[in-house]
Amino acid sequence: MCLGIPCQVDEVAADQPQTAWVDVGGARRKVSIALLDDEQVVPGDWVLVHVGFALCKLDEAEAQATLELLEGMAKAYQDELAALARSDIA
Amino acid sequence: MRFVDEYRDPAKARALARQIASLCEPGRTYKLMEVCGGHTHTIYKHGLEAYLPEAVSLVHGPGCPVCVIPMGRVDDAIAIASQPGVTMATFGDLMRVPGRRGSFLDAKAKGADIRMVYSPLDALRLARELPDRQVVFMAIGFETTAPSTAVTVLRAQAEGVRNFSVFCNHVTIIPPLRAILSSAEVALDGFIGPGHVSAVIGCRPYEVIAREHQKPVVVTGFEPLDVLQAVYMLMRQLSERRAAVENQYSRVVSWEGNPAALQVIDQTMELRPSFEWRGLGDIPYSALKLRSRYAAFDAEERFEVPGARVADPRACQCGQVLRGLIQPWQCRVFAKACTPERPIGTCMVSSEGACAAYYNFGRRHRQAQKAGQR
Ligand code: SF4
Repeated sequence: MCLGIPCQVDEVAADQPQTAWVDVGGARRKVSIALLDDEQVVPGDWVLVHVGFALCKLDEAEAQATLELLEGMAKAYQDELAALARSDIA
Repeated sequence: MRFVDEYRDPAKARALARQIASLCEPGRTYKLMEVCGGHTHTIYKHGLEAYLPEAVSLVHGPGCPVCVIPMGRVDDAIAIASQPGVTMATFGDLMRVPGRRGSFLDAKAKGADIRMVYSPLDALRLARELPDRQVVFMAIGFETTAPSTAVTVLRAQAEGVRNFSVFCNHVTIIPPLRAILSSAEVALDGFIGPGHVSAVIGCRPYEVIAREHQKPVVVTGFEPLDVLQAVYMLMRQLSERRAAVENQYSRVVSWEGNPAALQVIDQTMELRPSFEWRGLGDIPYSALKLRSRYAAFDAEERFEVPGARVADPRACQCGQVLRGLIQPWQCRVFAKACTPERPIGTCMVSSEGACAAYYNFGRRHRQAQKAGQR
């Protein structure tokens, strides 16, 4: 029950306040966007859904940044490894 | 999500593992607590312990809401559900949680009307559909879930739904961490901070742990590389003799959290002076109840609630698991008398419980790891 599922917003329900249709693995589901109060939710947005409520928006750019951080670290380390491989310590 | 594959890249995991190893000081061991059951699940599912040097161990914390609910509250809920005219709506995870005289599942078999719901809003819908019954929502969860209950209560009020109430068992995340640190039973070096609860509360509330207890906290996502990166960030802080709150999960969690969610919690709920936690005992100001102006929606006001304290069964060592004192496989009844099908303790019930996660995934990895060490 504690899981949050990233979902993409299909449509903000016109007939129901604070409700949106999201895509969950191909199926359309209704979720509450009442907790996103001041944030404008638009189709295409990613949200984290927990017990039927969107808890927050997911920022794809942030996701990318975290990823690059990891890649950067991996590269730094791989460079280090390569340097070690080239060295010849007796 | 688009980036999921990259968060599971074994090559990156190995590179991170090497960096973690390089930060270990000779002769020192490290105990890091992953607070959240979701992290426990990730750790066992992906066998992350195999990536860590022997000096670094992960211990499981009290962040699985199903695991920390005390037996007495389960009994109270079943007592409410067994009253005539009552329909109890609960998350599926709770169905098997043992009370003194059985679980929700057992009560249902005896004729109580207990339904599984995915969302508190489903419980409210049930109330609309069953106007002749009293529908009670069994509310559990940390600050992650409390705002959803809060919005549902406000919605019930706005719509004038009179046959709906909430049995509120919401708990808060910071007090149990402080209780564990203050008890000094286990020497922890830092915390892998829970991800989704922090989407609501933000990172700021953890500052007290860094400041007053001098322990680093890294708020962390749920992919395998998220967790390894968090371990790396904690180890870096420890090697630099720092204790700060850092945010590994900034793609989801902001420093200030979700103000709208915090506002609805505050509007509808207040802290209880004390609340019992399974395995941790009474912790002051660690749980939420509905404010008196929402008493009409409070099941504790509406129904007779026994409120008895019930000690855990003697065989159960969940308390020690939840405080990081033992690992699941060290419990005497693990995988023998206690299994996911017939749990004795709560940690075996939810898939986020440490015992269930270890039962389902961990044993395989551990055996592989041991075989590899031979
Ligand atoms: S094996 Fe069962 S009784 Fe033992 S700690 Fe785990 S859940 Fe509790």
